[in-house]
Amino acid sequence: MSIKRSLLTGAHFLNGDVACAEGAIAAGCRFFAGYPITPATEIAEHLSERMPEFGGIYIQMEDEIASMAAVIGASYAGLKSMTATSGPGFSLMQENIGLAVMTETPCVVVDIMRGGPSTGQPTLPGQQDVMQAKWGSHGDYEIIALAPCSVQEMFSLTVEAFNLSETYRVPVLLLGDEIVAHMYEKVVIPPPDKLRIVNRKKPHVPSKDYQPFMPEEDFVPPMASFGEGYRFHATGLTHDEHGYPKTQSSEVQARLVRRLCDKIRRNVDKIVRVEEIMTEDADVVVVSYGIVARSALSAVRKARAAGIKAGFLRPITLWPFPEKQVAKAAARAKVIVVPEMNCGQLVREVERVAKSTPVSFLSKLGEDPHTPTEIFEAIKRGI
Amino acid sequence: MVQEAVTHPFSKYLREEMMPHIWCAGCGNGIVLNCFVHALDELKADLDKLVVVSGIGCIGRTAGYTNTASFHTTHGRSIAFATGVKLANPELDVVIVSGDGDLFAIGGNHFIHAARRNIGIKVICANNFNYGMTGGQLGPTTPLEALTTTSPYGNSEHPFNLVHLAAAAGASYVARWTTLHVRRLTQSIKRLMQKEGFCFIEVISPCPEIFGRRNKMRSGLEMMEWFRKASVVENFSDPAKADITPDRIVVGEFVDIEKMSYEKLFHEKIAQINEKAMEKMS
Repeated sequence: MSIKRSLLTGAHFLNGDVACAEGAIAAGCRFFAGYPITPATEIAEHLSERMPEFGGIYIQMEDEIASMAAVIGASYAGLKSMTATSGPGFSLMQENIGLAVMTETPCVVVDIMRGGPSTGQPTLPGQQDVMQAKWGSHGDYEIIALAPCSVQEMFSLTVEAFNLSETYRVPVLLLGDEIVAHMYEKVVIPPPDKLRIVNRKKPHVPSKDYQPFMPEEDFVPPMASFGEGYRFHATGLTHDEHGYPKTQSSEVQARLVRRLCDKIRRNVDKIVRVEEIMTEDADVVVVSYGIVARSALSAVRKARAAGIKAGFLRPITLWPFPEKQVAKAAARAKVIVVPEMNCGQLVREVERVAKSTPVSFLSKLGEDPHTPTEIFEAIKRGI
Repeated sequence: MVQEAVTHPFSKYLREEMMPHIWCAGCGNGIVLNCFVHALDELKADLDKLVVVSGIGCIGRTAGYTNTASFHTTHGRSIAFATGVKLANPELDVVIVSGDGDLFAIGGNHFIHAARRNIGIKVICANNFNYGMTGGQLGPTTPLEALTTTSPYGNSEHPFNLVHLAAAAGASYVARWTTLHVRRLTQSIKRLMQKEGFCFIEVISPCPEIFGRRNKMRSGLEMMEWFRKASVVENFSDPAKADITPDRIVVGEFVDIEKMSYEKLFHEKIAQINEKAMEKMS
């Protein structure tokens, strides 16, 4: 086996899982804990080879619950950490994703969506975990979830996921689907000095003055690592700024939970990313994400060629949902078309912000995503 | 006469701002913490390199009480969390102090796999035979026929023999003591801290308020009296024969073997890969 202790700078023909794994390496991730599951296994396989080349850790845990717990532990020990899974494993991780939210642990969780519920369709694509990504763990929280639509984005959004997790001390979800994970496309990996890499804020006070959950102006507390001389405590219990449990205090509970939500809500303009094409004058706006967006863009161009003023809006951040952008497009459109590979998940958010603009939902389950023709027909029906 | 304020010689090991602790009168958890702290003191342990991890349950509050870096995980996940910590920074001493329900019911899978890997984390389990914090339900160590709030007609489940389980799963060091054996327990914790690989100590701990009062041992003293009468020290005896019965609690060290730890094996591999990478560059 040849050892390559460098980024694969240059153009490559890769599948999405491998591109995601390379994105993690490029972002500075040095710890991966996971459990084999289709269609995310190739991420683990690739990182089991690549991590040691960079002095990083790959460990195959006994299950996804353990994987998520180990990721949190490694992040507290100072390493950028991630795991990758699919629906069933994502379900098992939910409790500890909540622990990562509560203990403000920077980490990345990749969920390559397949058909569910339960074991479902392991080798086929789905977009059925969108609401679980937002609401899967108990309690109130906000989360960041990114949805790549290409192999290139499996690379670049993985880097972005790490940057967001380090900026806000939150778990960040990458919601891919089986197709973007398994298809091969051209990927351009930039040289290291052209990549924007963010590292978590460190404390600048002596140990005795350090309060591990005392936020700065951006609502985010600086984070010490274990072994750096800061003898701090962290717990999944409701805690004060010292990290000590205050489970009987309604004031501490409100202050903590509101701040955890505010980290994302009040920074929403910095976090949200969408791609918009020809929405300025659009009568019909197609809102789509992931692999479906590829068909949607083709359908929108076809509609324009047929004289229909169609527009394309792709949420790159599914969570926080791009409310302003969708509301703006909806305000001038006559109809919004939402194709999804589920029975209706993100469409609920679109309906919530579209107000009186009618929303036409195009559901697809099973083997293939929507074809451009199917979406084109929906655009025509809408007009 | 004005007396000079005196600080407790062990106060540096504890977060005094977290006191008083939550434990009931007669509970053995304080003894476990006391022995742990004594062991740290005798070892002159570097507290900045120590991480104490707990799961959920009465003894799970230990992580919050020790003046080290500490983390209180979700129920059952302390070992999985600690695995991430130890691998990410093998220089750290990672100690888990948690209970029998947390480590062997909800967390049982993580325990056997950590022991199998022989990862260098140290587990001290306070076994009080039931779920104390939630009010006394049966657990994986509840003796047959014992009365708990969820075995009101007597427990029909066979309990785990924890030292046998740990030995069979591959731990490098396995011991069992009761909270009556404070001196031996302290020495055993020192051994646990100094050994390479996965190490485990079970401490039989009295829970008179929740477990004892339903089982004819209403005070901590009565439970300790049971430990005194029933326990026999049999070092390096067969852990398979160390089932706990009303008449007999075998205590002692059961396993103390040399075996390369997982983190050492893995990091040696990384070092070899690095060497190859260097050769390639030169």
